Amino acid sequence: MNSLERLVYMANQIAREFATRGEEAAALATADHIDHFWDPRMKAMIFERLEAPDHGLSPIAARALTGLRDQGAPPSQTRATEFNAVDETGGSDAG
Amino acid sequence: MAFLSQEDFGTPASPAEEMVTLVIDGRAVAVPAGTSVMRAATQIGAQIPKLCATDNMAAFGSCRLCLVEIEGAKGTPASCTTPVAEGMIVHTQTPRLEQLRRGVMELYISDHPLDCLTCSANGDCELQDQAGAVGLRDVRYGYAGEHHLGLPMDVSNPYFDFDPSKCIVCSRCVRACDEVQGTFALTIDGRGFASKVSAGLPSDDFMSSECVSCGACVQACPTATLQEKAVREIGVPERAVVTTCAYCGVGCTFRAEMRGEQLVRMVPWKDGKANRGHSCVKGRFAWGYAHHKERILNPMIRESIDQPWREVSWEEALGHAASELKRIQAKYGQRSIGGITSSRCTNEETFLVQKLVRQGFGNNNVDTCARVCHSPTGYGLKTTFGTSAGTQDFDSVDFCDVMMVIGANPTDGHPVFASRMKQRLRAGAKLIVIDPRRIDMVRSPHIEAAHHLPLRPGTNVAVLTALAHVVVTEGLADEDFIRTRCDWDEYQDWAAFVSDERHSPEFLAPVTGVDPAELRAAARLYATGGNAAIYYGLGVTEHSQGSSTVMAIANLAMATGNIGREGVGVNPLRGQNNVQGACDMGSFPHELSGYRHISDAETRALFEADWGVPLDAEPGLRIPNMLDAAVDGVFKAIYIQGEDILQSDPNTAHVSAGLEAMDCVIVHDLFLNETANYAHVFLPGSTFLEKDGTFTNAERRIQLVRKVMTPLNGYEDWEVTQELARALGLDWNYAHPSEIMDEVARLTPTFANVSFEKLDALGSMQWPATAATPEGTPVMHMEGFVRGKGKFVVTDYVPTDEKTGPRFPLLLTTGRILSHYNVGAQTRRTANTAWHPEDRLEIHPLDAENRGLKDGDWTRLARRAGETTLRCLVTERVAPGVVYTTFHHPATQANVVTTDYSDWATNCPEYKVTAVQVTPSNGPTGWQEGYEALSERSRRIEAVAAE
Repeated sequence: MNSLERLVYMANQIAREFATRGEEAAALATADHIDHFWDPRMKAMIFERLEAPDHGLSPIAARALTGLRDQGAPPSQTRATEFNAVDETGGSDAG
Repeated sequence: MAFLSQEDFGTPASPAEEMVTLVIDGRAVAVPAGTSVMRAATQIGAQIPKLCATDNMAAFGSCRLCLVEIEGAKGTPASCTTPVAEGMIVHTQTPRLEQLRRGVMELYISDHPLDCLTCSANGDCELQDQAGAVGLRDVRYGYAGEHHLGLPMDVSNPYFDFDPSKCIVCSRCVRACDEVQGTFALTIDGRGFASKVSAGLPSDDFMSSECVSCGACVQACPTATLQEKAVREIGVPERAVVTTCAYCGVGCTFRAEMRGEQLVRMVPWKDGKANRGHSCVKGRFAWGYAHHKERILNPMIRESIDQPWREVSWEEALGHAASELKRIQAKYGQRSIGGITSSRCTNEETFLVQKLVRQGFGNNNVDTCARVCHSPTGYGLKTTFGTSAGTQDFDSVDFCDVMMVIGANPTDGHPVFASRMKQRLRAGAKLIVIDPRRIDMVRSPHIEAAHHLPLRPGTNVAVLTALAHVVVTEGLADEDFIRTRCDWDEYQDWAAFVSDERHSPEFLAPVTGVDPAELRAAARLYATGGNAAIYYGLGVTEHSQGSSTVMAIANLAMATGNIGREGVGVNPLRGQNNVQGACDMGSFPHELSGYRHISDAETRALFEADWGVPLDAEPGLRIPNMLDAAVDGVFKAIYIQGEDILQSDPNTAHVSAGLEAMDCVIVHDLFLNETANYAHVFLPGSTFLEKDGTFTNAERRIQLVRKVMTPLNGYEDWEVTQELARALGLDWNYAHPSEIMDEVARLTPTFANVSFEKLDALGSMQWPATAATPEGTPVMHMEGFVRGKGKFVVTDYVPTDEKTGPRFPLLLTTGRILSHYNVGAQTRRTANTAWHPEDRLEIHPLDAENRGLKDGDWTRLARRAGETTLRCLVTERVAPGVVYTTFHHPATQANVVTTDYSDWATNCPEYKVTAVQVTPSNGPTGWQEGYEALSERSRRIEAVAAE
């Protein structure tokens, strides 16, 4: 698979993983994940792909990317990306 | 810091809290109840002679040298087997005892060669010392009678010899093999005078026996009977330096015993909190690569990869590299270059590489080899618990009642910790193994798994969800724990999800291939068997649902309350020595040290103030994305420290295409590895013996690596990175790695209290080490989860897209073997190749028969991505339909066939599931022939003209 095919595959794979949350929540989580883990060129490539009628993106992935492109990053959805909000200084780890 | 020997207290410490006071040689001493008289005496400095006793094994009482007199007691009991008692009065030196001990020693010496002056153990022999201690001056019996002198030596093992003529049959070697290592390879054959140490059948020598060459027997031997060949060749060491092993994630500490600058042997450090004085064949013996003739010691450059290498000065090599990096960035943009840190290098070296990328390159294109192993652990545990790390220390296993081992093969991958696990299992803990292969821990001497769930590769999430289904639907969840410690609403959503009938063991059996009754029994045991701990490895992470599997494991632990105390927890077994540390140090392209996301302005500001440059707020490229971008022509240069991505990363053809597309590949390594075939600059690296720094092991334990010899290449690796940074114009002036750690501590809350000084004083520290936990944190999440409430995450099983079919009907899974480490760059350059000279393809007898294959035949392993050839090993260890191989040898290149599929969250490759076909073969594939030719061509080094 070439780079673009891989990005489409990755976006669909992320979306599929969040699918149990329902389409709206899954789309937000997918957008959140892509925003936090993809480099700018990858994001630009997938946004460009989104324009193509046969983009190959699943409905959740397409909705996520449309939202990310048009409205920017959503509030943190997955907690996995709330890394900096977590107090890791050991307050709760005594012992 | 120099140590020569450690005091041996003769018997292990007693764990009792109750204290007992007694009088030994007129001095009162208080010790825990259950302590032996020998240990109590040693604690006050009394020297009781001994031969069969040593403090890492239970007392045996066979040598009869440690006799004492106890007032009011009959006879002269052995002090090693006699426990202390309140008010006991002991005499360790009396005329009667002296006479008895001398008599016993006289008998030993009457059947022992008197060649002390020429013996290789002269000066390092307990028998010699004890003969002196008891005052033996004469042997009355002569040597005319029957004796054991002159028996042939067993020199079959590449690292140590067995000389039975020097054996005193103290059984320390046999007991070490049993109690410490747990292999039970040795025994005492025969009785009375005919007693002798035997490695199995009379026809067996050490090499052909089940011995795993951990070295415990050699360490235990009080004479020169079992001795390292290196000591015979070089002589007895004169000094020792304590340092940390550079092999797996266990992080054993060793005494590097030296003569001058020559390493004589590595002896496990008894006070090492990770290994507790034990070792494996790699750490103990496989360090010869440090002086291997193929090691590259001079920097080299070349314009293109079809040219031979040209040796140049450090100045020229670094200047050329810096100028190329600048040229490429000027032409292709700031994000056109990047770097890869190494889990084999120190924390300090890793921190510098990511700093070079962020501060010097001005982007976040830095990644680490954890991408291809434990990146899902970081994601999964951060999401559920709040911390990207295992929850326990290794000592925790001593309090465990049920062990669940998932996708890990500890006896091969983490052998020293496997021995600890086996000790606990022999003491009564129960074992559940979830693995497609019948790994050694399923059944080995005195160990048998209560349940082995041989799942179909790729179905981890389904099996874990089925286990959770049983826990919830049978009412085995720990509701009190969940209500107190976790988000109750999220738990209810998760519980409803797993309770669905489609997640029952029976419904999922056709998918997982696991017997539902066995799975239910395993779930019940895990949930109700007492303290239950999960240990997992790359069989969990290296899947398209690797992160989901980690979260499913965390769900299971939280649902049963098995988190937040000793004996329980979720424990990732890290593959390489510093996987944890490399991740901690900010090696991932989306986060800074301490797992703080690069998009966070506050965190960035902290680093920007310290480093004096603005940082890119956007995540950088992961390794596979770097290679994709290279093929696309927009990623043109890379600095790779201590990694061999061509051999270790999936889909070799794609990796080579990516490397080949770059203008400047800088490889910083010990050897011309496979990646270096595509390199333009080679910077010679230093071994762990030649550098100062720290490694962080699988239990978050930070330990010092101490330099024991001068780097053969002239520089420690952190110095090379510093020089490259300077060549790029950065004002770096670190004088010692401790200053780098000070910077890490300054910028990373979880390392706030870490310093070389503290590590030296304490021996080690487990992060978080903060003002609240100044000496570190052995067990995490004791009072509450780091993230607050534990998070249950619904993990729906999604089958991998890698499917078997008529063309590729078998599932290939890959892994490692005891004697080799990762890509084998180090271990292939040691005598460890005696055990594993080549990668073999394990195939079930049924599958072999269907293909007309017999054991040892050459096979062609094919998939869409490519094909390779290797010999097969017909074994029932793999299930029908599954084949297995290792990736230690570049001639095989198992990754020629592995796929592009990867974990959805982290892009960790799906090494564990590849649909393949296996057929008989009569020769290497075109890829192998082509690669061999390329490799030969690429490794040419131009002869230096005579001046």
